[in-house]
Amino acid sequence: MAKAELMDFDEAIEKYEVVIGLEVHVELNTNTKMFCGCANEFGEQPNTNVCPVCLGLPGALPVVNGKAVEYSIAIGLALNCSIAGDGRFARKNYFYPDLSKNFQTSQYDEPIAYEGQLEVPVASGKVYNVAIERAHMEEDAGKLSHVGGVGRIQGAEYSLVDFNRAGVPLVEIVTKPIFDSGAEAPELASAYVRQIREIVKAMDVSDARMERGNVRCDANVSLRPKGQQRLGTRTETKNVNSLRSVENAVRYEIQRQAAILAAGDEITQETRHWHEDKKYTSAGRPKSDADDYRYFPEPDLVPVQPTEELIEEIRTRLPENPASRRARLQQEWSLSDNEFRDIVNSDLLDEVDSTVSLGVSAQSAKKWWTGEIARIANLEGKEITELSVTPEDVAEIEKMISAGKLNDRLAREALSGVIAGEGSVAEVVSARGLEVVSDDGALTAAVDKALAEQPDVLEKIRAGKEQAAGAIIGSVMKEMRGQADAGRVRELILERAKS
Amino acid sequence: MSEITPENVRHLASLARILVTDEEVEKLAKELDVIVESVAMVKGAVSDDTPATSHPIPMSNVYREDVVKPSLSQQQALSNAPDQADGKFKVNAILDEE
Repeated sequence: MAKAELMDFDEAIEKYEVVIGLEVHVELNTNTKMFCGCANEFGEQPNTNVCPVCLGLPGALPVVNGKAVEYSIAIGLALNCSIAGDGRFARKNYFYPDLSKNFQTSQYDEPIAYEGQLEVPVASGKVYNVAIERAHMEEDAGKLSHVGGVGRIQGAEYSLVDFNRAGVPLVEIVTKPIFDSGAEAPELASAYVRQIREIVKAMDVSDARMERGNVRCDANVSLRPKGQQRLGTRTETKNVNSLRSVENAVRYEIQRQAAILAAGDEITQETRHWHEDKKYTSAGRPKSDADDYRYFPEPDLVPVQPTEELIEEIRTRLPENPASRRARLQQEWSLSDNEFRDIVNSDLLDEVDSTVSLGVSAQSAKKWWTGEIARIANLEGKEITELSVTPEDVAEIEKMISAGKLNDRLAREALSGVIAGEGSVAEVVSARGLEVVSDDGALTAAVDKALAEQPDVLEKIRAGKEQAAGAIIGSVMKEMRGQADAGRVRELILERAKS
Repeated sequence: MSEITPENVRHLASLARILVTDEEVEKLAKELDVIVESVAMVKGAVSDDTPATSHPIPMSNVYREDVVKPSLSQQQALSNAPDQADGKFKVNAILDEE
Protein backbone atom coordinates (compact mmCIF):
# COMPACT_ATOMS: atom_id res chain seq x y z
CA MET A 1 0.00 0.00 0.00
CA ALA A 2 1.36 3.38 -0.96
CA LYS A 3 2.28 5.84 1.73
CA ALA A 4 -0.17 8.69 2.11
CA GLU A 5 0.60 12.35 1.59
CA LEU A 6 1.75 13.97 4.83
CA MET A 7 1.72 17.57 6.00
CA ASP A 8 4.71 18.90 7.91
CA PHE A 9 3.99 18.26 11.62
CA ASP A 10 4.48 21.85 12.80
CA GLU A 11 2.30 23.16 10.01
CA ALA A 12 -0.43 20.66 10.90
CA ILE A 13 -0.35 21.77 14.53
CA GLU A 14 -0.46 25.40 13.41
CA LYS A 15 -3.60 24.83 11.34
CA TYR A 16 -5.57 22.25 13.28
CA GLU A 17 -6.57 21.37 16.78
CA VAL A 18 -5.67 17.77 17.63
CA VAL A 19 -8.11 15.63 19.60
CA ILE A 20 -6.93 12.23 20.81
CA GLY A 21 -8.62 9.44 22.73
CA LEU A 22 -6.85 6.34 24.00
CA GLU A 23 -8.07 2.84 24.69
CA VAL A 24 -5.62 0.69 26.57
CA HIS A 25 -6.14 -3.04 27.02
CA VAL A 26 -4.40 -4.58 30.01
CA GLU A 27 -4.09 -8.36 30.26
CA LEU A 28 -4.34 -9.41 33.89
CA ASN A 29 -1.84 -11.89 35.30
CA THR A 30 -4.29 -14.05 37.20
CA ASN A 31 -3.51 -17.78 37.33
CA THR A 32 -6.62 -18.64 35.36
CA LYS A 33 -8.80 -17.16 32.66
CA MET A 34 -11.72 -14.79 33.19
CA PHE A 35 -14.55 -17.30 33.06
CA CYS A 36 -12.96 -20.76 33.34
CA GLY A 37 -10.17 -22.56 35.16
CA CYS A 38 -7.80 -22.86 32.19
CA ALA A 39 -4.29 -21.58 32.85
CA ASN A 40 -3.55 -18.00 31.82
CA GLU A 41 -0.12 -18.75 30.33
CA PHE A 42 1.92 -17.24 27.53
CA GLY A 43 3.72 -19.38 24.98
CA GLU A 44 2.25 -22.83 25.57
CA GLN A 45 1.57 -25.39 22.84
CA PRO A 46 -1.44 -24.16 20.81
CA ASN A 47 -4.92 -25.10 22.04
CA THR A 48 -3.73 -26.78 25.23
CA ASN A 49 -5.11 -24.20 27.71
CA VAL A 50 -8.66 -24.56 26.48
CA CYS A 51 -11.90 -26.07 27.74
CA PRO A 52 -15.56 -26.11 26.68
CA VAL A 53 -16.09 -22.60 28.15
CA CYS A 54 -13.31 -20.76 26.32
CA LEU A 55 -13.87 -22.79 23.16
CA GLY A 56 -17.49 -21.69 23.24
CA LEU A 57 -18.87 -25.20 23.09
CA PRO A 58 -22.67 -25.36 23.38
CA GLY A 59 -24.02 -25.54 26.91
CA ALA A 60 -20.74 -24.59 28.63
CA LEU A 61 -21.32 -22.13 31.47
CA PRO A 62 -18.89 -19.39 32.51
CA VAL A 63 -18.09 -18.48 36.14
CA VAL A 64 -16.33 -15.21 36.95
CA ASN A 65 -12.78 -15.29 38.33
CA GLY A 66 -13.09 -13.41 41.64
CA LYS A 67 -9.41 -12.42 41.58
CA ALA A 68 -9.88 -10.75 38.18
CA VAL A 69 -12.71 -8.65 39.65
CA GLU A 70 -10.44 -7.56 42.50
CA TYR A 71 -7.63 -6.67 40.08
CA SER A 72 -10.07 -4.67 37.97
CA ILE A 73 -11.28 -2.75 41.01
CA ALA A 74 -7.64 -2.07 41.94
CA ILE A 75 -6.97 -0.65 38.47
CA GLY A 76 -10.10 1.49 38.72
CA LEU A 77 -9.02 2.86 42.10
CA ALA A 78 -5.47 3.55 40.89
CA LEU A 79 -7.00 5.63 38.09
CA ASN A 80 -9.10 7.54 40.62
CA CYS A 81 -12.32 6.07 39.27
CA SER A 82 -15.60 5.47 41.03
CA ILE A 83 -16.35 1.77 41.41
CA ALA A 84 -19.77 0.53 40.37
CA GLY A 85 -21.72 -1.00 43.23
CA ASP A 86 -23.79 -2.85 40.66
CA GLY A 87 -22.15 -3.91 37.44
CA ARG A 88 -22.77 -6.68 34.98
CA PHE A 89 -21.42 -8.39 31.94
CA ALA A 90 -22.82 -8.04 28.44
CA ARG A 91 -22.46 -9.89 25.18
CA LYS A 92 -20.83 -8.02 22.35
CA ASN A 93 -21.94 -9.88 19.24
CA TYR A 94 -19.72 -10.18 16.19
CA PHE A 95 -18.44 -12.82 13.85
CA TYR A 96 -14.72 -13.29 13.68
CA PRO A 97 -12.82 -16.55 14.02
CA ASP A 98 -10.72 -15.38 16.97
CA LEU A 99 -13.81 -15.76 19.19
CA SER A 100 -15.57 -19.05 18.76
CA LYS A 101 -18.69 -18.03 20.71
CA ASN A 102 -19.52 -15.32 18.15
CA PHE A 103 -19.69 -12.87 21.02
CA GLN A 104 -17.18 -11.41 23.41
CA THR A 105 -18.19 -11.32 27.04
CA SER A 106 -17.57 -7.71 27.98
CA GLN A 107 -19.24 -4.90 29.89
CA TYR A 108 -21.42 -2.28 28.25
CA ASP A 109 -23.45 0.31 30.14
CA GLU A 110 -22.37 -0.83 33.60
CA PRO A 111 -18.55 -0.96 33.67
CA ILE A 112 -16.84 -1.81 36.93
CA ALA A 113 -15.04 1.56 37.09
CA TYR A 114 -15.93 4.99 35.68
CA GLU A 115 -15.12 8.71 35.81
CA GLY A 116 -11.49 8.74 36.84
CA GLN A 117 -8.46 10.84 36.07
CA LEU A 118 -4.72 10.46 35.76
CA GLU A 119 -2.01 13.10 35.91
CA VAL A 120 0.48 12.55 33.10
CA PRO A 121 3.68 14.64 33.02
CA VAL A 122 5.55 15.16 29.73
CA ALA A 123 9.13 16.22 29.05
CA SER A 124 8.32 19.95 28.87
CA GLY A 125 7.30 19.77 32.53
CA LYS A 126 3.64 20.25 31.74
CA VAL A 127 1.27 17.88 33.54
CA TYR A 128 -1.87 16.80 31.69
CA ASN A 129 -4.90 15.78 33.66
CA VAL A 130 -6.27 12.97 31.50
CA ALA A 131 -9.94 12.22 32.18
CA ILE A 132 -10.80 8.52 32.25
CA GLU A 133 -14.23 7.66 30.93
CA ARG A 134 -14.34 4.07 32.12
CA ALA A 135 -12.46 0.86 32.79
CA HIS A 136 -14.33 -2.33 32.09
CA MET A 137 -13.71 -6.07 32.30
CA GLU A 138 -13.76 -8.34 29.30
CA GLU A 139 -12.06 -11.38 27.84
CA ASP A 140 -9.24 -11.53 25.33
CA ALA A 141 -9.71 -13.24 21.97
CA GLY A 142 -7.75 -16.13 20.46
CA LYS A 143 -4.66 -15.61 18.35
CA LEU A 144 -4.89 -15.76 14.56
CA SER A 145 -2.01 -16.48 12.25
CA HIS A 146 -2.38 -15.99 8.55
CA VAL A 147 -0.89 -18.52 6.20
CA GLY A 148 0.02 -17.95 2.59
CA GLY A 149 0.47 -14.58 0.88
CA VAL A 150 2.90 -12.48 2.90
CA GLY A 151 1.76 -13.69 6.31
CA ARG A 152 -0.70 -10.86 6.70
CA ILE A 153 -4.46 -10.88 6.43
CA GLN A 154 -4.50 -9.61 2.90
CA GLY A 155 -3.72 -12.33 0.41
CA ALA A 156 -3.68 -15.12 3.00
CA GLU A 157 -4.83 -18.54 1.84
CA TYR A 158 -6.21 -19.50 5.23
CA SER A 159 -5.90 -18.60 8.88
CA LEU A 160 -5.06 -20.68 11.94
CA VAL A 161 -6.59 -20.13 15.36
CA ASP A 162 -5.02 -20.81 18.75
CA PHE A 163 -7.53 -20.30 21.58
CA ASN A 164 -5.03 -20.34 24.47
CA ARG A 165 -5.45 -16.58 24.80
CA ALA A 166 -9.24 -16.69 24.40
CA GLY A 167 -10.82 -15.85 27.73
CA VAL A 168 -7.73 -14.28 29.33
CA PRO A 169 -8.95 -11.46 31.59
CA LEU A 170 -8.62 -7.97 30.17
CA VAL A 171 -9.35 -4.54 31.52
CA GLU A 172 -10.02 -1.93 28.87
CA ILE A 173 -9.33 1.63 29.98
CA VAL A 174 -10.91 4.38 27.88
CA THR A 175 -10.06 8.07 28.14
CA LYS A 176 -12.37 10.96 27.40
CA PRO A 177 -11.31 13.06 24.40
CA ILE A 178 -8.12 14.99 25.15
CA PHE A 179 -8.27 18.43 23.56
CA ASP A 180 -5.45 20.67 24.65
CA SER A 181 -2.27 18.78 23.92
CA GLY A 182 -1.41 20.20 20.46
CA ALA A 183 2.16 19.46 19.44
CA GLU A 184 2.60 17.34 22.57
CA ALA A 185 -0.23 14.95 21.58
CA PRO A 186 2.06 12.15 20.31
CA GLU A 187 4.31 12.38 23.37
CA LEU A 188 1.33 12.58 25.73
CA ALA A 189 -0.21 9.46 24.19
CA SER A 190 2.92 7.47 24.79
CA ALA A 191 3.52 8.96 28.27
CA TYR A 192 -0.04 8.01 29.20
CA VAL A 193 0.42 4.40 28.08
CA ARG A 194 3.78 4.26 29.87
CA GLN A 195 2.13 5.43 33.07
CA ILE A 196 -0.71 2.90 32.83
CA ARG A 197 1.93 0.23 32.26
CA GLU A 198 3.88 1.35 35.33
CA ILE A 199 0.78 1.43 37.48
CA VAL A 200 -0.43 -2.08 36.60
CA LYS A 201 3.11 -3.40 36.93
CA ALA A 202 3.58 -1.80 40.35
CA MET A 203 0.27 -3.32 41.49
CA ASP A 204 1.36 -6.66 40.02
CA VAL A 205 -2.01 -7.16 38.33
CA SER A 206 -0.39 -7.54 34.90
CA ASP A 207 2.99 -8.61 33.59
CA ALA A 208 2.71 -5.38 31.59
CA ARG A 209 5.06 -6.49 28.81
CA MET A 210 4.06 -4.65 25.69
CA GLU A 211 6.13 -6.89 23.41
CA ARG A 212 3.96 -9.77 24.56
CA GLY A 213 0.75 -7.82 24.11
CA ASN A 214 0.04 -7.57 27.85
CA VAL A 215 -0.59 -3.86 27.33
CA ARG A 216 -1.99 -2.73 23.98
CA CYS A 217 -3.18 0.64 22.82
CA ASP A 218 -5.77 1.76 20.29
CA ALA A 219 -5.23 5.42 19.45
CA ASN A 220 -8.10 7.61 18.24
CA VAL A 221 -7.05 10.77 16.43
CA SER A 222 -9.12 13.52 14.86
CA LEU A 223 -8.38 17.05 13.73
CA ARG A 224 -10.58 20.12 13.44
CA PRO A 225 -9.86 23.60 12.17
CA LYS A 226 -9.02 25.93 15.05
CA GLY A 227 -12.17 27.49 16.46
CA GLN A 228 -14.54 24.85 15.12
CA GLN A 229 -16.83 23.37 17.78
CA ARG A 230 -17.83 20.17 16.04
CA LEU A 231 -15.36 17.30 16.36
CA GLY A 232 -13.64 16.10 13.21
CA THR A 233 -14.00 12.56 11.89
CA ARG A 234 -11.67 10.24 13.78
CA THR A 235 -9.63 7.20 12.89
CA GLU A 236 -8.71 4.46 15.33
CA THR A 237 -5.23 2.96 14.96
CA LYS A 238 -5.36 -0.52 16.44
CA ASN A 239 -3.08 -2.59 18.63
CA VAL A 240 -0.07 -0.35 18.73
CA ASN A 241 2.31 -2.42 20.78
CA SER A 242 5.24 -0.33 21.89
CA LEU A 243 5.57 3.09 23.47
CA ARG A 244 7.54 4.34 20.50
CA SER A 245 4.86 3.07 18.13
CA VAL A 246 2.14 4.92 20.04
CA GLU A 247 4.01 8.18 19.65
CA ASN A 248 4.86 7.55 16.00
CA ALA A 249 1.35 6.41 15.05
CA VAL A 250 -0.34 9.46 16.59
CA ARG A 251 2.17 11.78 14.93
CA TYR A 252 1.66 10.06 11.58
CA GLU A 253 -2.13 10.25 11.77
CA ILE A 254 -1.97 13.97 12.58
CA GLN A 255 0.19 14.59 9.52
CA ARG A 256 -1.86 12.32 7.26
CA GLN A 257 -5.23 13.75 8.26
CA ALA A 258 -3.97 17.33 8.02
CA ALA A 259 -2.89 16.75 4.42
CA ILE A 260 -6.31 15.32 3.53
CA LEU A 261 -8.23 18.15 5.20
CA ALA A 262 -5.99 20.81 3.66
CA ALA A 263 -6.74 19.34 0.23
CA GLY A 264 -10.45 19.82 0.94
CA ASP A 265 -11.15 16.10 1.24
CA GLU A 266 -12.86 14.21 4.02
CA ILE A 267 -11.46 11.76 6.55
CA THR A 268 -12.92 8.26 6.33
CA GLN A 269 -14.00 6.93 9.70
CA GLU A 270 -12.14 3.65 9.89
CA THR A 271 -9.77 1.49 11.86
CA ARG A 272 -6.14 1.67 10.75
CA HIS A 273 -3.11 -0.52 11.30
CA TRP A 274 0.31 0.78 12.33
CA HIS A 275 3.38 -0.64 10.60
CA GLU A 276 6.35 0.10 12.85
CA ASP A 277 8.87 -1.21 10.32
CA LYS A 278 7.91 1.29 7.61
CA LYS A 279 6.37 3.91 9.93
CA TYR A 280 2.92 4.36 8.44
CA THR A 281 -0.71 3.44 9.05
CA SER A 282 -2.83 1.62 6.49
CA ALA A 283 -6.60 1.55 6.19
CA GLY A 284 -8.43 -1.31 7.85
CA ARG A 285 -12.12 -1.87 8.04
CA PRO A 286 -14.40 1.14 7.52
CA LYS A 287 -17.15 1.56 10.11
CA SER A 288 -20.09 -0.47 8.88
CA ASP A 289 -23.12 -2.55 9.79
CA ALA A 290 -20.75 -5.04 11.31
CA ASP A 291 -20.16 -2.58 14.15
CA ASP A 292 -23.76 -3.01 15.27
CA TYR A 293 -22.76 -5.23 18.17
CA ARG A 294 -26.27 -5.75 19.59
CA TYR A 295 -25.04 -5.69 23.18
CA PHE A 296 -27.31 -7.33 25.70
CA PRO A 297 -26.88 -8.43 29.33
CA GLU A 298 -25.05 -11.74 29.65
CA PRO A 299 -27.75 -14.10 30.98
CA ASP A 300 -25.26 -16.75 32.16
CA LEU A 301 -23.48 -14.46 34.63
CA VAL A 302 -24.99 -12.77 37.67
CA PRO A 303 -24.30 -9.12 38.56
CA VAL A 304 -21.01 -8.03 40.12
CA GLN A 305 -21.79 -6.06 43.28
CA PRO A 306 -18.60 -5.35 45.22
CA THR A 307 -19.25 -4.26 48.79
CA GLU A 308 -17.88 -1.02 50.23
CA GLU A 309 -15.74 -3.10 52.57
CA LEU A 310 -14.12 -4.99 49.70
CA ILE A 311 -13.46 -1.78 47.76
CA GLU A 312 -11.90 -0.11 50.82
CA GLU A 313 -9.81 -3.18 51.57
CA ILE A 314 -8.45 -3.17 48.02
CA ARG A 315 -7.78 0.57 48.34
CA THR A 316 -5.65 0.06 51.44
CA ARG A 317 -3.59 -2.55 49.58
CA LEU A 318 -2.77 -0.24 46.64
CA PRO A 319 0.96 0.38 46.30
CA GLU A 320 2.42 3.85 46.19
CA ASN A 321 1.62 5.66 42.95
CA PRO A 322 4.62 5.20 40.62
CA ALA A 323 5.03 8.92 39.96
CA SER A 324 5.25 9.85 43.65
CA ARG A 325 7.46 6.84 44.30
CA ARG A 326 9.89 8.06 41.65
CA ALA A 327 9.98 11.54 43.18
CA ARG A 328 10.58 10.08 46.64
CA LEU A 329 13.35 7.70 45.52
CA GLN A 330 15.22 10.32 43.54
CA GLN A 331 15.32 12.51 46.61
CA GLU A 332 16.29 9.68 48.96
CA TRP A 333 19.07 8.59 46.67
CA SER A 334 20.28 12.15 45.92
CA LEU A 335 20.71 11.41 42.24
CA SER A 336 20.69 14.05 39.51
CA ASP A 337 17.82 14.13 36.99
CA ASN A 338 20.08 12.53 34.41
CA GLU A 339 21.34 9.77 36.67
CA PHE A 340 17.83 9.00 37.81
CA ARG A 341 16.40 9.03 34.29
CA ASP A 342 19.05 6.46 33.33
CA ILE A 343 17.59 4.05 35.85
CA VAL A 344 13.95 4.76 34.94
CA ASN A 345 14.48 4.53 31.19
CA SER A 346 16.25 1.20 31.57
CA ASP A 347 13.27 -0.04 33.61
CA LEU A 348 15.57 -0.80 36.54
CA LEU A 349 13.89 1.14 39.32
CA ASP A 350 12.70 -1.98 41.16
CA GLU A 351 16.09 -3.66 40.93
CA VAL A 352 18.00 -0.61 42.14
CA ASP A 353 15.45 0.01 44.89
CA SER A 354 15.76 -3.56 46.17
CA THR A 355 19.54 -3.37 46.01
CA VAL A 356 19.61 -0.10 47.95
CA SER A 357 17.30 -1.55 50.58
CA LEU A 358 19.92 -4.28 51.12
CA GLY A 359 22.36 -1.61 52.24
CA VAL A 360 24.13 -0.75 48.97
CA SER A 361 24.63 2.93 48.11
CA ALA A 362 22.38 4.25 45.33
CA GLN A 363 25.41 5.17 43.22
CA SER A 364 26.87 1.67 43.44
CA ALA A 365 23.52 -0.02 42.84
CA LYS A 366 22.97 2.19 39.80
CA LYS A 367 26.50 1.51 38.57
CA TRP A 368 26.04 -2.26 38.62
CA TRP A 369 22.55 -2.43 37.12
CA THR A 370 22.81 0.21 34.41
CA GLY A 371 26.47 -0.63 33.79
CA GLU A 372 27.89 -4.12 33.84
CA ILE A 373 24.59 -6.02 34.12
CA ALA A 374 22.91 -4.00 31.35
CA ARG A 375 26.02 -4.51 29.23
CA ILE A 376 25.88 -8.29 29.59
CA ALA A 377 22.11 -8.36 28.92
CA ASN A 378 22.70 -6.29 25.82
CA LEU A 379 25.51 -8.57 24.71
CA GLU A 380 23.34 -11.65 25.12
CA GLY A 381 20.32 -9.98 23.55
CA LYS A 382 18.23 -10.54 26.66
CA GLU A 383 16.07 -8.51 29.00
CA ILE A 384 17.82 -7.77 32.28
CA THR A 385 14.95 -9.48 34.10
CA GLU A 386 15.78 -12.67 32.20
CA LEU A 387 19.31 -12.80 33.63
CA SER A 388 19.76 -14.89 36.74
CA VAL A 389 21.18 -12.07 38.83
CA THR A 390 19.35 -10.67 41.84
CA PRO A 391 19.66 -7.57 44.04
CA GLU A 392 20.97 -9.98 46.72
CA ASP A 393 23.85 -10.95 44.40
CA VAL A 394 24.75 -7.31 43.79
CA ALA A 395 24.60 -6.58 47.52
CA GLU A 396 26.86 -9.56 48.22
CA ILE A 397 29.41 -8.37 45.67
CA GLU A 398 29.38 -4.86 47.14
CA LYS A 399 29.89 -6.32 50.60
CA MET A 400 32.94 -8.25 49.43
CA ILE A 401 34.33 -5.14 47.75
CA SER A 402 34.06 -3.07 50.93
CA ALA A 403 35.64 -5.90 52.90
CA GLY A 404 38.57 -5.76 50.47
CA LYS A 405 37.92 -9.31 49.28
CA LEU A 406 37.14 -8.33 45.70
CA ASN A 407 38.44 -5.54 43.53
CA ASP A 408 36.50 -4.05 40.65
CA ARG A 409 37.80 -6.45 38.03
CA LEU A 410 37.26 -9.54 40.16
CA ALA A 411 33.78 -8.31 41.08
CA ARG A 412 32.86 -8.06 37.40
CA GLU A 413 34.15 -11.55 36.84
CA ALA A 414 32.18 -12.89 39.81
CA LEU A 415 29.09 -11.22 38.40
CA SER A 416 29.50 -12.76 35.00
CA GLY A 417 29.88 -16.15 36.69
CA VAL A 418 26.61 -15.62 38.55
CA ILE A 419 24.90 -14.62 35.30
CA ALA A 420 26.37 -17.67 33.57
CA GLY A 421 24.54 -19.78 36.16
CA GLU A 422 27.61 -20.94 38.07
CA GLY A 423 25.93 -20.41 41.44
CA SER A 424 25.88 -17.77 44.15
CA VAL A 425 28.51 -15.03 44.42
CA ALA A 426 30.35 -16.94 47.12
CA GLU A 427 30.31 -20.13 45.07
CA VAL A 428 31.62 -18.39 41.95
CA VAL A 429 34.35 -16.60 43.89
CA SER A 430 35.52 -19.83 45.46
CA ALA A 431 35.16 -22.00 42.31
CA ARG A 432 36.99 -19.50 40.10
CA GLY A 433 39.47 -18.58 42.84
CA LEU A 434 38.66 -14.90 42.55
CA GLU A 435 39.35 -13.69 46.03
CA VAL A 436 41.85 -10.88 46.38
CA VAL A 437 45.23 -11.97 47.73
CA SER A 438 45.37 -10.34 51.14
CA ASP A 439 48.44 -12.23 52.25
CA ASP A 440 50.97 -9.41 52.67
CA GLY A 441 53.81 -11.87 52.39
CA ALA A 442 52.90 -12.83 48.84
CA LEU A 443 52.20 -9.22 47.91
CA THR A 444 55.43 -7.96 49.40
CA ALA A 445 57.41 -10.54 47.47
CA ALA A 446 55.73 -9.44 44.25
CA VAL A 447 56.36 -5.76 45.05
CA ASP A 448 60.02 -6.37 45.77
CA LYS A 449 60.39 -8.31 42.55
CA ALA A 450 58.78 -5.54 40.48
CA LEU A 451 60.88 -2.83 42.14
CA ALA A 452 64.04 -4.81 41.48
CA GLU A 453 63.09 -5.15 37.83
CA GLN A 454 62.41 -1.44 37.37
CA PRO A 455 65.19 0.41 39.23
CA ASP A 456 64.51 3.66 37.33
CA VAL A 457 60.97 3.75 38.73
CA LEU A 458 62.27 2.97 42.16
CA GLU A 459 64.57 6.00 41.89
CA LYS A 460 61.70 8.26 40.95
CA ILE A 461 59.60 7.09 43.89
CA ARG A 462 62.51 7.61 46.23
CA ALA A 463 62.89 11.09 44.76
CA GLY A 464 59.34 11.78 45.89
CA LYS A 465 57.44 11.16 42.65
CA GLU A 466 54.81 8.92 44.16
CA GLN A 467 52.67 8.87 41.04
CA ALA A 468 55.40 6.78 39.39
CA ALA A 469 54.18 3.92 41.60
CA GLY A 470 51.48 3.32 38.96
CA ALA A 471 53.88 1.40 36.75
CA ILE A 472 54.83 -0.88 39.63
CA ILE A 473 51.19 -1.41 40.60
CA GLY A 474 50.59 -2.61 37.04
CA SER A 475 53.40 -5.14 37.21
CA VAL A 476 52.31 -6.40 40.61
CA MET A 477 48.68 -6.78 39.52
CA LYS A 478 49.88 -8.73 36.52
CA GLU A 479 52.01 -10.95 38.70
CA MET A 480 49.04 -11.54 41.03
CA ARG A 481 46.76 -12.18 38.01
CA GLY A 482 44.66 -9.19 39.01
CA GLN A 483 43.75 -10.67 42.35
CA ALA A 484 45.14 -7.97 44.57
CA ASP A 485 43.70 -4.89 46.17
CA ALA A 486 45.32 -2.07 44.22
CA GLY A 487 45.15 0.29 47.21
CA ARG A 488 47.03 -2.10 49.43
CA VAL A 489 49.61 -2.75 46.70
CA ARG A 490 50.27 0.97 46.45
CA GLU A 491 50.77 1.26 50.18
CA LEU A 492 53.24 -1.62 50.10
CA ILE A 493 55.18 -0.15 47.16
CA LEU A 494 55.65 3.16 48.95
CA GLU A 495 56.59 1.34 52.15
CA ARG A 496 59.13 -0.91 50.45
CA ALA A 497 60.58 1.78 48.18
CA LYS A 498 61.37 3.99 51.15
CA SER A 499 62.74 1.25 53.38
CA MET B 1 -49.23 -0.73 13.71
CA SER B 2 -46.19 -2.39 12.24
CA GLU B 3 -42.88 -1.20 13.62
CA ILE B 4 -40.68 -3.90 12.20
CA THR B 5 -40.03 -3.43 8.51
CA PRO B 6 -38.73 -6.08 6.12
CA GLU B 7 -35.54 -4.03 5.94
CA ASN B 8 -35.09 -4.36 9.71
CA VAL B 9 -35.41 -8.11 9.40
CA ARG B 10 -32.94 -8.33 6.54
CA HIS B 11 -30.46 -6.19 8.48
CA LEU B 12 -30.77 -8.38 11.57
CA ALA B 13 -30.50 -11.53 9.48
CA SER B 14 -27.32 -10.31 7.87
CA LEU B 15 -25.83 -9.34 11.26
CA ALA B 16 -26.65 -12.81 12.56
CA ARG B 17 -25.37 -14.46 9.37
CA ILE B 18 -28.74 -16.10 8.70
CA LEU B 19 -29.95 -16.57 5.16
CA VAL B 20 -33.66 -15.72 4.87
CA THR B 21 -36.08 -15.95 1.93
CA ASP B 22 -38.52 -13.15 1.08
CA GLU B 23 -41.41 -15.15 2.53
CA GLU B 24 -39.50 -15.69 5.76
CA VAL B 25 -38.77 -11.98 5.94
CA GLU B 26 -42.49 -11.17 5.77
CA LYS B 27 -43.34 -13.83 8.34
CA LEU B 28 -40.56 -12.82 10.73
CA ALA B 29 -41.46 -9.14 10.46
CA LYS B 30 -44.97 -9.93 11.71
CA GLU B 31 -43.70 -12.20 14.48
CA LEU B 32 -41.09 -9.74 15.69
CA ASP B 33 -43.76 -7.07 15.63
CA VAL B 34 -45.81 -9.03 18.13
CA ILE B 35 -42.78 -9.34 20.38
CA VAL B 36 -42.01 -5.64 20.17
CA GLU B 37 -45.65 -4.79 21.00
CA SER B 38 -45.59 -7.15 23.96
CA VAL B 39 -42.47 -5.51 25.29
CA ALA B 40 -44.12 -2.12 24.77
CA MET B 41 -47.00 -3.27 27.00
CA VAL B 42 -44.55 -4.24 29.74
CA LYS B 43 -42.87 -0.86 29.33
CA GLY B 44 -46.20 0.82 29.97
CA ALA B 45 -46.48 -0.94 33.32
CA VAL B 46 -43.06 0.22 34.48
CA SER B 47 -42.71 3.35 36.57
CA ASP B 48 -39.52 5.33 37.16
CA ASP B 49 -38.76 3.54 40.41
CA THR B 50 -38.88 0.04 38.92
CA PRO B 51 -35.34 -1.26 38.62
CA ALA B 52 -34.28 -2.83 35.34
CA THR B 53 -34.24 -6.60 35.69
CA SER B 54 -31.75 -8.20 33.38
CA HIS B 55 -31.39 -11.03 35.87
CA PRO B 56 -34.66 -12.24 37.40
CA ILE B 57 -32.99 -14.39 40.07
CA PRO B 58 -31.78 -12.26 43.01
CA MET B 59 -28.22 -13.48 43.03
CA SER B 60 -24.91 -11.66 42.71
CA ASN B 61 -21.16 -12.06 43.23
CA VAL B 62 -20.84 -15.67 42.23
CA TYR B 63 -17.11 -16.17 41.84
CA ARG B 64 -14.61 -18.87 41.16
CA GLU B 65 -11.30 -19.29 43.02
CA ASP B 66 -8.31 -18.41 40.84
CA VAL B 67 -7.09 -22.00 40.74
CA VAL B 68 -6.05 -23.80 37.56
CA LYS B 69 -8.24 -26.74 36.53
CA PRO B 70 -7.22 -29.34 33.96
CA SER B 71 -7.80 -28.26 30.37
CA LEU B 72 -8.64 -30.39 27.36
CA SER B 73 -5.80 -31.97 25.43
CA GLN B 74 -4.98 -30.44 22.06
CA GLN B 75 -6.38 -33.54 20.40
CA GLN B 76 -9.64 -33.28 22.34
CA ALA B 77 -9.89 -29.55 21.63
CA LEU B 78 -9.53 -30.12 17.90
CA SER B 79 -11.67 -33.26 17.71
CA ASN B 80 -14.71 -31.41 16.36
CA ALA B 81 -12.80 -29.00 14.15
CA PRO B 82 -13.85 -29.23 10.50
CA ASP B 83 -10.23 -28.59 9.56
CA GLN B 84 -6.93 -28.19 11.39
CA ALA B 85 -3.20 -27.68 10.92
CA ASP B 86 -0.23 -27.37 13.31
CA GLY B 87 -2.43 -27.96 16.36
CA LYS B 88 -4.65 -25.05 15.42
CA PHE B 89 -8.13 -24.59 14.03
CA LYS B 90 -7.98 -23.92 10.31
CA VAL B 91 -10.46 -21.35 9.01
CA ASN B 92 -11.10 -19.62 5.71
CA ALA B 93 -8.98 -16.63 4.88
CA ILE B 94 -10.39 -13.44 6.32
CA LEU B 95 -10.51 -10.82 3.66
CA ASP B 96 -12.27 -7.88 5.21
CA GLU B 97 -9.28 -6.28 6.91
CA GLU B 98 -6.28 -4.43 5.46
